[in-house]
Amino acid sequence: MSAIDQYISLYEHNREAIDSNAPHALNRLRPDALSALKRFGRFPGKRDEGYTKVSVEDMFAPDFGVNITRVPFAVDVARSFRCDVPNVSTLLGVVVNDSFRPTATLLKNCPEGVTVDSLASVAASDPDFIKEYLGRLSDNRDAAAALNTLLMKEGVVVRVRAGVKLDKAIQIVNIFNASADFMAVRRVLVVIEDDASARILFCDHSQSGDFKYLSSLVTEVFLHRGASLDYCDIEESTEQTSRMSQLFISQDEGSRLTVNGTSLTVGTTRNEYKVDINGSHCDTEIAVMAIADRKQTIDNSARINHFAPRSRSNQLFKYLLDEQSQGAFEGLIYVAPDAVHTEAYQTDRNLLASADARMHTAPQLEIYCDDVKCSHGAATGQLDQNALFYMQTRGVPKSEARMMLMQAFMSDVIDRVAIEGLRDRLRHLVERRLSGEHAACGDCAASCHN
Amino acid sequence: MEDILLKVDNLHAGIEGKEILKGINLTVRPGEVGAIVGQTGCGKSTVSGVVAGDPKFTVTGGSADFHGVDLLALSPEDRSHEGLFLSFQYPVEIPGVSMVNFMRAAVNAKRKYFNEPALSAGDFLKLMRQKREIVELDNKLASRSVNEGFSGGEKKRNEIFQMAVLEPRLSILDETDSGLDIDALRIVAGGVNRLKTERNATIVITHYQRLLDYIKPDFVHILYKGRIVYSGGPELALELEEKGYDWIKQQVDNQ
Repeated sequence: MSAIDQYISLYEHNREAIDSNAPHALNRLRPDALSALKRFGRFPGKRDEGYTKVSVEDMFAPDFGVNITRVPFAVDVARSFRCDVPNVSTLLGVVVNDSFRPTATLLKNCPEGVTVDSLASVAASDPDFIKEYLGRLSDNRDAAAALNTLLMKEGVVVRVRAGVKLDKAIQIVNIFNASADFMAVRRVLVVIEDDASARILFCDHSQSGDFKYLSSLVTEVFLHRGASLDYCDIEESTEQTSRMSQLFISQDEGSRLTVNGTSLTVGTTRNEYKVDINGSHCDTEIAVMAIADRKQTIDNSARINHFAPRSRSNQLFKYLLDEQSQGAFEGLIYVAPDAVHTEAYQTDRNLLASADARMHTAPQLEIYCDDVKCSHGAATGQLDQNALFYMQTRGVPKSEARMMLMQAFMSDVIDRVAIEGLRDRLRHLVERRLSGEHAACGDCAASCHN
Repeated sequence: MEDILLKVDNLHAGIEGKEILKGINLTVRPGEVGAIVGQTGCGKSTVSGVVAGDPKFTVTGGSADFHGVDLLALSPEDRSHEGLFLSFQYPVEIPGVSMVNFMRAAVNAKRKYFNEPALSAGDFLKLMRQKREIVELDNKLASRSVNEGFSGGEKKRNEIFQMAVLEPRLSILDETDSGLDIDALRIVAGGVNRLKTERNATIVITHYQRLLDYIKPDFVHILYKGRIVYSGGPELALELEEKGYDWIKQQVDNQ
């Protein structure tokens, strides 16, 4: 039985329980998702183009538990968990497994015109809003996205009304904490209306490292005319955690977007970034860093569609792979026939710190228009031996020199992070990560590694 | 016992199986300035690389005693802690590592080696300020990445600045004059001269007389085909400037 059949049968056996626990605005999307999944028959595997290092089929194949009947999780998890990226904002929401919990300060401080709430409750209170946006970008052309739609129950909605400039960053902390192997179906919808602006930080953590976790994450982001969004995403989980994240973004005229993705500690992760630039004079900056060692695998895939003229996009992906870790990057810039004066750039730089680490990279351009400026470049190399020796002659021990060079390699990605305070925190987290301390143990109350 | 800082004895070394140094003998005493001169390709930079511990080179024979320590047995960082400094012909650019962090790591690694506590932030910055003045290094460079975007002159000044901070017993200046205009050369040489004490020593590696006008050597050693074939006083440098190397080469090749 393929992984898809397993979930189809799960859904068909529990259809009533799933649908009766969710509002109609969500349930209405399930029949199409179900027939799409039946059509696919299986998830992509390593033999499929663009999936060289991560088999989605293998990721979803284990028999994970899914929270069908909305058994509530213990609230104290949210209270006891100390996130590694603290104090970025008082607008803090926590997703325990797949259930969203606003914090008291979020409820108190959330300004007029800003919604940060659970998908289920917004779908019940404002079904028209959900119907207008949910599932529009994440269509059923992708099996993993269709599965997310088939099983989604709760999730997070961020909505910023027209003209509202939210100066505080919103922080959403995703936590895994279950007493069995578990799959969380996580769904996020972000709508930034005309001329509004927001900054959002997501971070992923796993507690009780003994269990296998799978995060099925679909995020849909709508930037309307003149809207501005800084989107940051940090994964600092465990080697038993798999993550299939798909970020779909649509940009209207004159909107501005920065995306920062950071994979610090993972098991197996695939992040897909898909940006549709539908209007002119849009600006899009994507900066992603991936750090892996042991047997960790990180696969990032980016597709930027320039459908409209006179917009600019710039992507920077950097990987630092040590020991037996594996990395993959597939990046495509598509420029439509009438998208004149497009500027689109893509850079992929990879550092292999060991002889066994492997990197696969596939940068691609598809340009159907003459009057454009586009470039792409990919390079994979090793630590600069001359720099290492130079530092050693000044007395810096080799191990420390290596660490400083690795950290330096990521400095330009960190410099592009748009949320102040987060840059310093990221520098610290990267330093700690490279010095070999287990991430997330420093402040966490769960003490699962002690 | 005679006071010797560095004694290199019959040193053989090469790269990828090719022998470049074929028996170097060299003695350096405290307070001395020595010059190693020779034409391109004679092995000058290999001498400095091997003494500093560049892993590119393989030592195939001989020894190097550094004030009683077996230099060749030490890692490059421990050679530095023991008081050896190499000023690079081509200082390496290290994007993303700031000068301040780099020097803090260097200074504190040395203190750790001698079981001393790390410098406080205030003391460290004071030290940086003092040493910068010696080579007139712009404060702005300190906040930039190591050597990144520095001009040729700034890079060499930065080398001497690092030398000032680390206070080595023996400094090897590898082609410090290359890429320097006359003003920068004067500043760099002035820095080296100010750092000179009775206790430390300097080896200048060059193939121009020009630098030796500013840093006066006590001894001049001619390197040819991987050996020091002739040593003399400062007048030897002037003689080479006048007559070239041919007379030495003939003398050696006819032996």
